Amino acid sequence: MAYSDKVIDHYENPRNVGSLPKDDANVGTGLVGAPECGDVMKLQVMVNPVTGVIDDAKFKTFGCGSAIASSSLATEWLKGKTVEQALAIKNTDIVSELALPPVKIHCSVLAEDAIKAAIADYKSKQSQDKTSSVGAGASV
Amino acid sequence: MKLPIYMDYHATTPVDPRVVDAMLPYFTQHFGNSASRNHAFGWAAEEAVDTARQQVADLIGANPKEIIFTSGATESNNLAIKGVAEMYREKGNHIITCVTEHKAVIDTCKKLEKQGARVTYLPVQKDGRIDLDDLRNAITDKTILISIMTANNEIGVLQPIAEIGAIAKEKGILFHTDAVQAVGKVPVDVNALKVDLLSLSGHKMYGPKGVGALFVRRRNPRVLLAEQISGGGHERGMRSGTLNVPGIVGLGKAAAICQAEMATESQRLSKLRDKLNEKFHKSLDEIYINGSMEHRLPHNLNISFAYVEGESLLMGINDVAVSSGSACTSASLEPSYVLKALGAGDDLAHSSIRFGLGRWTTDEEVDYVVEKLTNVVRRLREMSPLYEMVKEGVDLTKMQWVTH
Repeated sequence: MAYSDKVIDHYENPRNVGSLPKDDANVGTGLVGAPECGDVMKLQVMVNPVTGVIDDAKFKTFGCGSAIASSSLATEWLKGKTVEQALAIKNTDIVSELALPPVKIHCSVLAEDAIKAAIADYKSKQSQDKTSSVGAGASV
Repeated sequence: MKLPIYMDYHATTPVDPRVVDAMLPYFTQHFGNSASRNHAFGWAAEEAVDTARQQVADLIGANPKEIIFTSGATESNNLAIKGVAEMYREKGNHIITCVTEHKAVIDTCKKLEKQGARVTYLPVQKDGRIDLDDLRNAITDKTILISIMTANNEIGVLQPIAEIGAIAKEKGILFHTDAVQAVGKVPVDVNALKVDLLSLSGHKMYGPKGVGALFVRRRNPRVLLAEQISGGGHERGMRSGTLNVPGIVGLGKAAAICQAEMATESQRLSKLRDKLNEKFHKSLDEIYINGSMEHRLPHNLNISFAYVEGESLLMGINDVAVSSGSACTSASLEPSYVLKALGAGDDLAHSSIRFGLGRWTTDEEVDYVVEKLTNVVRRLREMSPLYEMVKEGVDLTKMQWVTH
């Protein structure tokens, strides 16, 4: 299968690889997917508590090139967006930006799930002071 | 060193130039139909086919009369299994095979099941080999055929063929083996192994694609097959169709070359393969060999690079041709059923790479592949959440994953 230039670019030069302190109250962590399915994404956002804007985003992904590219692109898009704007990112936006073929659409779905999970984790931290960092995804 | 490097010799092999040279006259000059008994064109073709039949027979210790030429091993497997099921249906309807067989065997058996046959798919042990007690226990008075491959196409694991042959013989059950990956690479002798039917293919042994053969035992016992392709009664009535003379000549020449060079070539390749393996183990942690190292083809290595996904690995080594058991690289979007059968977990199947070395693999290429792949594995592990979690002491098997 041939990969689009954008997928190759994100695979070779992934943006924002890394981790943010997951216990920080302003950091939301989403962990989605499963090793036995062949893809796991960890996506983190750091939200400015004053402005509600995502100041930083990081990812780590176990998966194919398209999964890596989808999550890399997602972190790029997240930075500078408010939490509400971030929730408006749709998997189809990722599909068209990366020109993903039909068999790779699930990679974009996973990236959208990761965004939602990270933000849900952030929100739950904000609403409940002392809870541990459990998002809509897996518990870390 | 020329790029890209080909290290996928289990998928197919290039045709040896000596084989091409042997074939060429049979396209234009000696183009006769080997069934034309009354003129020189036919005689030349027939003579060439006879020579090739002898060469193929010699490679597996058979009599030339026991060699049926086919279009390849898929057809050979179909003919052997369906041919026996149909011919011996009065005697029984039970077939024993194994979960790690090639699809050409498994899907043939599945089709027969739909037509009323009963099929037992033996599991394999962690090392990829069947348990002989499982085989003995599966045999019933309705069992007419055992079909177990000689060497697996993904993990290169050699099944205990001689032991299976002895059991089949003792019970009076026919024994077929798909020996596509083994013939020409390691010694295979149909009499020593007590095999009754054996499939082989041209393009896996430096011959052309589109030609193969089925060994059908003629004595002790005389195996009968119901034809699957009807027509002019070629190949002792078992496989009709004008013979593919250039292809058959190529298969014969390829067999002769393999026979002459097997001893030295298998030693050379096993050294290179061991070097490949050792270098990976020196440079990377958490890598796992799939299948037995002891009972294995000399030119095969199948390794799982834990915490990185196979397709992303292949993407990082685009000047090296290898294959992966990852779901993303398969048409079915399922990880390799062979690796799953070993019971190591789907995650390791997704992380697996198959290396197939061959006649033109060099020492320099092995060094290049190790260095290149090691760098990619390290880079991908740096961005793998699984690797990070394991390094933090998280037990991945105890996690509640959200499957999708």
